[in-house]
Amino acid sequence: MHTSQLIAEVLRVLAAGLLLISFAMLSGRRTQQLITLFAWQGGLLFVSTCLVAYSSGLTEMYYSAALTLLLKVIALPWILNRLIKRLGAQWDSEQLVNVPTTMLVGLVLVIFAFGLAQPISSMATTITRHTLGIALAVILLAFLMMITRRKAVTQVIGFLAMENGLFLAATSATYGMPMVIELGIALDLLVGVFILGIFFFQIREQFDSLDLHNLESLKED
Amino acid sequence: MLLSANHWISGLAETLAVNDLHFILLLVAAWMMLGFAGFLRPHSVRFVARMLFPAGALLCLGVALLAGLFLASGQVPQLVILPLGLPDLPFHIRLDVLSGFFLLLLGVAGAGISTFAAGYFRSGEGTAPALLGLEYHFFLASMAMVILADDAYLFMVAWETMALSSYFLVTSHHRIPEIRRAGFLYLIMAHVGAVCILLCFGVLQGGSWQFTFDAMRSAHFAPFWATTAFLLALLGFGAKAGLVPMHVWLPEAHPAAPSPVSAMMSGLMLKTAIYGMLRVSFDLLSIRFWQWGVLLLVLGLFSALFGAVFAAVQTDMKRLLAYSSIENVGLIFTGIGLAILFETSNMHLFAALALTAALVHSFNHALFKSLLFLTTGSVLHATKQRSLGKLGGLIRHMPWVASLALIGTLSIAGLPPLNGFVSEWLLLQSFLFTPQLPHAFLNMLIPLGAAALALTVALSAYVMVKFYGVIFLGQPREPSLVNAHDANWLERLGLIWLAAGCILIGALPQLVLRAVAPVTGKLLGDTVRSSSTFWSIAPIAQQQASYSGLILLAGILSVVAVTFVCVRVLAHGRIRRTNTWDCGYPWQTSRMQDTAEGFGQPIRHMFGTFFRMERNLPSASDTTPRYRIYIEDRLWRAVYLPIARGVQMLADGIGFLQGGRLSIYLLYSFLTLLGLLVFVL
Repeated sequence: MHTSQLIAEVLRVLAAGLLLISFAMLSGRRTQQLITLFAWQGGLLFVSTCLVAYSSGLTEMYYSAALTLLLKVIALPWILNRLIKRLGAQWDSEQLVNVPTTMLVGLVLVIFAFGLAQPISSMATTITRHTLGIALAVILLAFLMMITRRKAVTQVIGFLAMENGLFLAATSATYGMPMVIELGIALDLLVGVFILGIFFFQIREQFDSLDLHNLESLKED
Repeated sequence: MLLSANHWISGLAETLAVNDLHFILLLVAAWMMLGFAGFLRPHSVRFVARMLFPAGALLCLGVALLAGLFLASGQVPQLVILPLGLPDLPFHIRLDVLSGFFLLLLGVAGAGISTFAAGYFRSGEGTAPALLGLEYHFFLASMAMVILADDAYLFMVAWETMALSSYFLVTSHHRIPEIRRAGFLYLIMAHVGAVCILLCFGVLQGGSWQFTFDAMRSAHFAPFWATTAFLLALLGFGAKAGLVPMHVWLPEAHPAAPSPVSAMMSGLMLKTAIYGMLRVSFDLLSIRFWQWGVLLLVLGLFSALFGAVFAAVQTDMKRLLAYSSIENVGLIFTGIGLAILFETSNMHLFAALALTAALVHSFNHALFKSLLFLTTGSVLHATKQRSLGKLGGLIRHMPWVASLALIGTLSIAGLPPLNGFVSEWLLLQSFLFTPQLPHAFLNMLIPLGAAALALTVALSAYVMVKFYGVIFLGQPREPSLVNAHDANWLERLGLIWLAAGCILIGALPQLVLRAVAPVTGKLLGDTVRSSSTFWSIAPIAQQQASYSGLILLAGILSVVAVTFVCVRVLAHGRIRRTNTWDCGYPWQTSRMQDTAEGFGQPIRHMFGTFFRMERNLPSASDTTPRYRIYIEDRLWRAVYLPIARGVQMLADGIGFLQGGRLSIYLLYSFLTLLGLLVFVL
């Protein structure tokens, strides 16, 4: 009993770390830095999934934790790093619009997410039920990041961070999704990143830049 | 053994007598089979037109016969539930007197049109023959199913099949941009109408969520909802019938379609709208209000006058007939409006008279308007001209078509002893009883309506003089008209069938009155007392007014015969072809005849406020002077263009959402997500 309480506390700390990283991503300027943050987020997710697996005794959760480690901590950051090296976008930094305002909006979103998660987590029976609010907040913050960014690579990182939030929400509400679905999602992510990588090259070839601002001319009049 | 055989035979006879509906459904299915049969030899005009269309005409006759038998004998409604359609929503089909009457109309006029169409379609014209046959026979079948449907679901399926098949028929010459445009306009109006009808049924189910007509009959409505349902039905069926101001598609679509199709649309399809209006307002709705009658009366009379005036100024023969259809639909709606007025004032006999007038006029219009549209088809094939300004003198080259068209024009002009007179006379008769209505204010206004009716009838006669005179009389306005050929025998047969119907109903109106009597009896609980002998009809009482077509016909024929004998035998009897008095001007050409524009000119002056006119007057020094006039419907600019602009603005406003910036799009989904989350909360 004592151990499970300890684990619950540690899980909360880890979730708080995830939220903190989300805020860091929201205000991060450099692409390289964002990829590192994304890898850290994946690492925290891996640890928390392992802990949940240990406390609940579900072997399946170990598999999904291993999948997280492989995909989100090692494979995707490595692919993204290679990609930005190839694109020469390593040292790109982007002008962010009004960081304090974004942060404030982020805070409001977190409060909103906690308010939203309250009735759901009171119904859930999992050890991680209190982290559901954080999971929702991570999703919304990642979405907000996608909205405020203009570079193609950061959009993709935002998208991946959103998936992290979803994964956290799944583990905290119901001890994860069925294995088949999780495998499917992992594969989708991988394929998605590959396809988006190809798109990056295409976009750069067309516009000589990865700034999505250029896509505005594609609008139909 | 013998006993069982006897039993079997009597059973068969019973089925024949009782189950008309099954046979009619078989005939409808046979129509559809005919439609598909064309694909055996898709490009052979000889197979599709000369073999399948006459078969379709025979099926029409079968439908007419069965419907007539039903009206004459049992009149007990027959029900069939077909396990087709969606699960738990089978097709309910019902044959009662109202549908029986309209099926009779469909069969009689359809037989003539199909026969004509068999001779009309030539190779190499627009749509392939097999497709044309498919659309044509589905059009017929769907009209029959609209009339037979007993639940809203089947009704809408049949209604939309009818709209779509007729749309494809209208656009069979789809390579011509104007025809595509006309078809598009028709499709839009058809869909707006269908939406209104759908909403009407939505109101009529009255919260029971049962969409059978039986459930709707037993539903009870507050006056507000009953009126809503009625107005929706009026909008929906009015758009199909061409009631002003929903008439705009008629003058575009009818000239665009091949002539047998115009005849079907004008003669038959408009009647399905009349049928729907009657079904909703007299059968499905259990209460009616006199204000509805006034609304129908006003709209009907206005449409009638509007149609007649516009027909008078047209220079395209099929547009002229299309406007004339608007006029006739207006007259029919006037009759329905009067019937509602009388019925809500508990004057069932007069209501029956007015409804009889409307129904008989529907029947007559199906006959003579089809006849006239078909003759324009023959003229079009013979001369390749639709503009009245380039026709003339065809009576010498097309004697058959000309004489049969004469019968049609005389009936549509409302001259005795032909059928148009009968229904217009009945309508005027029912106007004569309006002073007995218990509404003081209306009693002062309705005489104006009667005057408008008389004016309309006179104008329509004027229109028909113009139509016939400019096309068939006088001298050919173009040299190529000399080569015009008469209709072929199948076309003639179709025309003769319809013309014979006009004469027969004119001489013996009792025939139709007998078919109408059960309908009014069921809808209104009273029928016109045909205290009619074989010789004459007297709808209310013998001392009030009576009409005897047969005696009139005999009188007219004998006068003509005597005159003919006097002139040709007793007098000189010579025929001399020469110029009329030429005022001393020696060079007369055929272009010096009165033209269609000339005929329309007085009307244009008198009713100038109806039109938007643009005139191109040549200057005095012009060496090749041309006089042009464009006439437009004011309603088009007043009603339709603002609606179109509004839709465009709305679309532009929605287009603003597409800003092109990715972050804006992301913001949309973000806000949607937040909104949904709040909604869940």
